[in-house]
Amino acid sequence: MTPRRRAVAATLGGVVALGGISLLALFVGAADVPVGEVMASLFGRDTTQLTATVVLQLRLPRVLLAALAGAGLAVAGAGFQALTRNPLADPAVLGVAGGAAFGAVVGQVLGLEGTALAALGLSALAFAGALGAAVAVYAIASVGGRLPIQSLLLAGVIIGLFFSAAITLLLSLVDFARLGGILHWLMGSLSPLGYRPVAATAVGAALGIGAIYAQARALNLLALGEEPALQLGVEAERVKRVVFVAASLLTGVVVAHAGPIAFVGLIVPHGVRLVLGSDNRVLIPAAAGAGAVFLVLADTLARTALRPAELPVGVITAFCGAPFFIYLLRTRFREGPA
Amino acid sequence: MTPLVEVRGVSFGYGGSFRLAGVSFEVGEREILGVIGPNASGKTTLLRLLSKVHEPEQGEIRLAGAPLRRLGRFALARQVAVVPQELAPAFPVTVEELALMGRHPHSEGRFFEGPQDLARARQAMALAGVLDLAAQPFDALSGGERQRAVLARALAQEPRLLLLDEPTSHLDLRHQREIVGLLRRLNRDRGTTIILVSHDLNLAGEVADRLLLIAGGRVVKSGVPADVLDEATLETAYDCAVRVEKNPVSGRPLVTIRWPDAE
Repeated sequence: MTPRRRAVAATLGGVVALGGISLLALFVGAADVPVGEVMASLFGRDTTQLTATVVLQLRLPRVLLAALAGAGLAVAGAGFQALTRNPLADPAVLGVAGGAAFGAVVGQVLGLEGTALAALGLSALAFAGALGAAVAVYAIASVGGRLPIQSLLLAGVIIGLFFSAAITLLLSLVDFARLGGILHWLMGSLSPLGYRPVAATAVGAALGIGAIYAQARALNLLALGEEPALQLGVEAERVKRVVFVAASLLTGVVVAHAGPIAFVGLIVPHGVRLVLGSDNRVLIPAAAGAGAVFLVLADTLARTALRPAELPVGVITAFCGAPFFIYLLRTRFREGPA
Repeated sequence: MTPLVEVRGVSFGYGGSFRLAGVSFEVGEREILGVIGPNASGKTTLLRLLSKVHEPEQGEIRLAGAPLRRLGRFALARQVAVVPQELAPAFPVTVEELALMGRHPHSEGRFFEGPQDLARARQAMALAGVLDLAAQPFDALSGGERQRAVLARALAQEPRLLLLDEPTSHLDLRHQREIVGLLRRLNRDRGTTIILVSHDLNLAGEVADRLLLIAGGRVVKSGVPADVLDEATLETAYDCAVRVEKNPVSGRPLVTIRWPDAE
């Protein structure tokens, strides 16, 4: 199959799988709602007020946010991996998610919630935090224009720890009534209050994914190294800057509205690469679809495993992601950095 | 007629120290130039300047009369292809994917390669002798196969000027011979101009029309192989005792090291 056909197939496959999984996710939850009632409320037909509220105000925005966050984080991960030429890079590992979380906590302490403007403000603050962290990690890790894996991971850890300390500082200053909500969000939470956070995330995700996908062919060439890419006509600096900012934007908006959900950006692009290869024109849409499906599934598990209690979705993704990360470290990097 | 490549008084350094100082030379259309010199003499730096990875600090490089400084990367990549010493893709690619990357400069504004790009890439793979490896991952190839796969990528670029950095360093005798044959065919049939950096003085002396000997970032001597590969010149440039004879088959110079005696 040509790359074009594979890209189209990957995109369609992702859309179909996501549609199916999302529909399933709408049927399950803390409240028992019969399948027929769920369908009826989705298509706007008469149902009870309770059913309509559960399906349209609780479950649907949650499924949408999970899909957007999963797609956004997976593409951010694919972008950072292509940019650093390193399969271990991901928004959390690089400390970028930590910076975004700090920005978002600042926003929450300032009381940014409830209005559409506040949702955008929160996104902007988280984006600024993500970008700041990414710039810092790059500045710390680069040695003579290169990014060795050891210094990159180390810089990511340092920046991540720094921002988590800064978050702790803010939390110790915030009044007690607010603390619970922020802590809940910090563990990764996909229960939006209505559609405003969903819309804000959708705008950021569309911009970020679009910007990274537009560079997919150039990113393929960049995987050969900066010098070969330049010699094949790629304006490497410009491509890197676009992807850098776009991946930070994705991390920022997702973290702002769903919390710092770990490992999605790491395991999803990696898993997809194992199956479909590393052509970014195929990988990026496939990772977006797979990331969305993964997070919708993880969130469905999170809200049904201990029904009626809820697990933070970050717990599920970390339980899947940590072993995967260890596997990668042990298999791909046993003989030292690639 | 203007030469294809004009290098005029070019100086360049990394962080203060000069790697190249006041280098000037020309390469004519359809010529094969061999660049030789000891380690760290500036050979690879020269290829980076010719492919615009770096820009000269002083002096100017022209390609077919046009200053390189004013040529866009895309336009340059349609004319100049580089075969580096080593290539280490960060993520797995197949030989065919690699060869298709050579089509990038010819498909401006397109997101996917077309059927004609695939045809050209396959042609290039056949020429470099890696067509039967098309579906293999680059990482799984032997050193020699990798070198030929990278060459296939450069050929898919259909360059006017081909720059090679130690193209035979990982190759056994048969494959060295094949690469030399291939370079000669390219030069003869497609009229490709070639600049070849090599530590193998005999190979450079056989293939090249002219040699450029650089040492310490300066041009020591340039001319036909018989003039440049001369005992006194080489011994000064390399600081090593050598002996130069005439290859009885080709009539070209044959350089051997005067090995130290066993104690």
